Order: sequence, then structure tokens, then C-alpha cells
Amino acid sequence: MTAEFGSENGLPARRRPRTARWIGAALPAATAMASLLALGLLWSLAAGIWPSRAFPPPLAVWQVLLKEAASGDLCFHLAMTLWRVAAAYVVAMIVGSVIGVLLGMHRRADFFFNPWLVLFLNLPALVVIVLAYIWFGLTEAAAIGAVAINKIPNVVVTMREGARALEPRFAEMATVYRLGPIDQVRHILVPQLQPYFAAASRSGIALIWKIVLVVELLGRSSGVGFQIYLYFQIFDVAAILAYTLAFVAIMLSIELLLVQPLERHATRWRRRSA
Amino acid sequence: MQPAGVAAPLKVDIAEKTFRSAEGVTIVALRGLSFEVRQGEFACLLGPSGCGKTTTLRILLGLDRQFSGSYQLPEDGSNRVAAVFQEPVLLPWRTVEQNVRLALAPRLRDRDLDWLFDILGLSAMRALYPSELSLGLARRAALARAFATEPAILFLDEPFTSLDERTADKLRQLLMRVWAARPTTALMVTHNLREALLLADRIVVLSPRPAHVLGIFDVGLPRHLREAAWLDQLVSEFHQRFRDAV
Repeated sequence: MTAEFGSENGLPARRRPRTARWIGAALPAATAMASLLALGLLWSLAAGIWPSRAFPPPLAVWQVLLKEAASGDLCFHLAMTLWRVAAAYVVAMIVGSVIGVLLGMHRRADFFFNPWLVLFLNLPALVVIVLAYIWFGLTEAAAIGAVAINKIPNVVVTMREGARALEPRFAEMATVYRLGPIDQVRHILVPQLQPYFAAASRSGIALIWKIVLVVELLGRSSGVGFQIYLYFQIFDVAAILAYTLAFVAIMLSIELLLVQPLERHATRWRRRSA
Repeated sequence: MQPAGVAAPLKVDIAEKTFRSAEGVTIVALRGLSFEVRQGEFACLLGPSGCGKTTTLRILLGLDRQFSGSYQLPEDGSNRVAAVFQEPVLLPWRTVEQNVRLALAPRLRDRDLDWLFDILGLSAMRALYPSELSLGLARRAALARAFATEPAILFLDEPFTSLDERTADKLRQLLMRVWAARPTTALMVTHNLREALLLADRIVVLSPRPAHVLGIFDVGLPRHLREAAWLDQLVSEFHQRFRDAV
């Protein structure tokens, strides 16, 4: 009996002293802060040695940031870009996941569509954006569609890999116990695809927001990309950096406050090493 | 003839089942395999390793439809089939209890399963994830899932392999206890003669590949009498009848 219980499975070992756990959690954050601080110092130092309008010190960038924030411009343009990133992300993940899972499950379809996939993977983002604007006009839908099309092939490739790795035993169990279609998707399919979805998601957001800036630069009159283009024409590097850093900060906080907690929740069943 | 109101037994009549290997070689797994399992009976399908026992079970579970022949499953009220696979096949992202309840029809998901977890000694593990269980406990959870559905027929595919003998014995006792509490028609696949003699009412003895039925061995002895000494006698009786089997 006792041999079966397996106390080595880590249940008691998981309870570490509270202080040790607290330090364990705080240490990476402190390291990251120190690292960023060092980068800021280095930047400040370099800007002091070579003073130039093209290379403003951090303090100047901070002042522009405050000014733009006070006027409300910063908020408006950040929100516009964020909304486009979110829309393109949702479209790309849904369309890419469905196509990817279907290709992963049907070998013949995969053989047939693989050349298309390679083609779209290698299509430069700029070409897709320009063509979307020419064919569909300088509209919001064309902008978001162009970004999504750039991202979809990547999602397809990752999700196809996930569908190929599906465990047939779980599907057989579901057949024997007659799980309904909704239960099969929710309890069998989605949990198995979750790591692949998370991977596609991660690389997706990073890629999408970079492309969104190009889309805004080429054919929109709002958003961070548009502002950067504006300040590029008057050579205001401090403003360019202010907008860029503000948006990076937003993406970072989404990662820390939304993505990582969600992922921790989704993978809570994995055995944690003590 | 079965009296009216009693479910028809499991009837198997598989003419042929072949596999085609990657090089195009055809392997006949089953040929002329036919047998019956009576209502409420615990039957064992006993045969040497690789003779096609698991293949037979996969056909009966509806997981393999590429065969010629037919079979008939019991059709009583629940009309459900349950299986305990060679591996526990628990969803790692669901707790033990969620795994068990997921196998139930949606309207029965809230039913009281305390008795089942009690019998199987799983009451304290209901909220654990499968990765936190030993193999023996995971197998118990798989048994719990199968019995929770109150199936018309239960299939077991060597459910006690790759366990140490003590754990396997404990599990066999648990299986008998839960089966006695909720008797159901059951067919277990095994290559372990002593296991079959310990658990079964009748043993269907299979030949090496291509599998067909060599004969039926009735274990007349009541289960509570099947102690080591009696088992030894059953084993020698069995070997007298089936000299070459297993």
C-alpha cells in the first residue's frame, strides 16, 4: 500500500519556507530591474559623451513622454495601435489555428496546401501591406487584414505541429466513453494544443506589433507608427524614442500581467519540481 | 434463448482481420474468431503475446472498423461501453474526479460517486492530478472511470501489466470488490493464466496468430475459494486440457 502512494511525488517537498519562496520570486524581478537601470545609465553616459539632437539622453525622452501624455496624444495613439494589434492578433490566431489544426489532421490537404504555406511564409510583409492598401483602399480593415495575413502562416506552422503531436489514445478514450463534440474540443483538443497556442501567441504579439507600425506608417493617420513617421520628418528622435518606449512598456506589462498568469493557470496540472 | 428483458450477450464472429505493413506485407491477425460472453459474466480472453487479443478488443470498442465479420454488444438500458486500457489514459490536465466524471453522460455528471472512490481507496486523491499519482493509483482511477459509467459491458485490456506483483494483486482484489458491488458483463484480455483463473467465470483460450478459439475453460470454483493451493490445481487442470496454450 505504502509503496503505491509514492510520497516521493513531491507533495510534502513542495512546501518550502515562505521567506525562501518570496526571495525566489523577487530575485528575478530585482535582476531585471538592475539590468534595465544599467542600460539606462549606459545610455545616459553615452549621450553625455556625444551630445547630439539625434541621440537625446533618457531625461529628454522622459520629458517628451510627459508632455505628450499631458496633451492626450500619447494615450490616443497608443490606444489606436493597441486596438489594431489586438484585432490582428485575434484574427490571425483564430484563422491560423483552424487552418493549422486541419492541415495537421489531414495529410493529403497538408501535401496540397504546403506550397501555398511556403509562399505566404516568404512573402515580405511590405508587399502584403502595399497590395492590401491598393486592392482594398486605405481602410482600417485592409490594415488589420494585412497584418493578420503576415502572421497567419506562422500560426499555421506551429499549430500544424501541435495537431500532428495529438495523442491518439485520448481520442480513443473519448470515442469509447462517447464524449460530445464540445467536450472533445474543450477537454481533449484544446489542452493538448495549449503549449503550441502559447508559443504561436508569444511570437505572434511581438511580430504583429512591429508590422502594425509599418501599416500605420504607410496608410493610417493615427497610431504609434503614424506618430513615428511624423517625428521622423522633423527629425525629433526624442519623440520617436518616447513613443517606442511607451509602447514597449505596454506590451511588457501585457506579457507580465496577462499572458504569464494565464499560462501559469493553464499549466497548473504539470508537476512542479520542488 | 435469453429470457425477455435480459440483455443479449456479447456475440463475436470475426471472419478475418488483416494488417498491411509499411512494406506491403499482409499479416493475418484474426481468422474465424467467434465466441460469446453471457449476461453478467466475467470472461477472460487468454492467449499468447501478440496473438491478436488487443486487436479483438479494439474491434469490439469500435476503434478499428477494417475487418470482415460482425459482433453484437449487449443492449440493456445504459447501452454504454467502458474500457480500461493497458495504460490508464487519464487526461493529465484534469483531476482524478474530473477525469471520472467526464466519462459520464452530461446529465449524470453530478451523481454521487462516493461509494466508488471509497471502494477503490481513492477518496483522498479525488483532487489530485494524474501526474501526482503512482501507476497503481492511476490504474485505480481508470477502473473508477469505467465503473462510474455503469456500462452494459466492460472491456479490460491487460489492466495490471507493468505493476509489481503485490500492487497488481491488490488491484485484482479491488477490481473484484467493485465488480461484486456493481456486477456487469465484462471481458478482460490477458496473457497471465493465474490472473485469468483468479478472476474469470470462463476463459476463452486463443491460439497463436492468426487467433481463433481453441476452447473454453469453465472455472467452476467460487471466487472466495480461489486460494493459492486451489489455483495450482486449476493451473494443472488447465494444462491438461490445453497442452500447448500459453
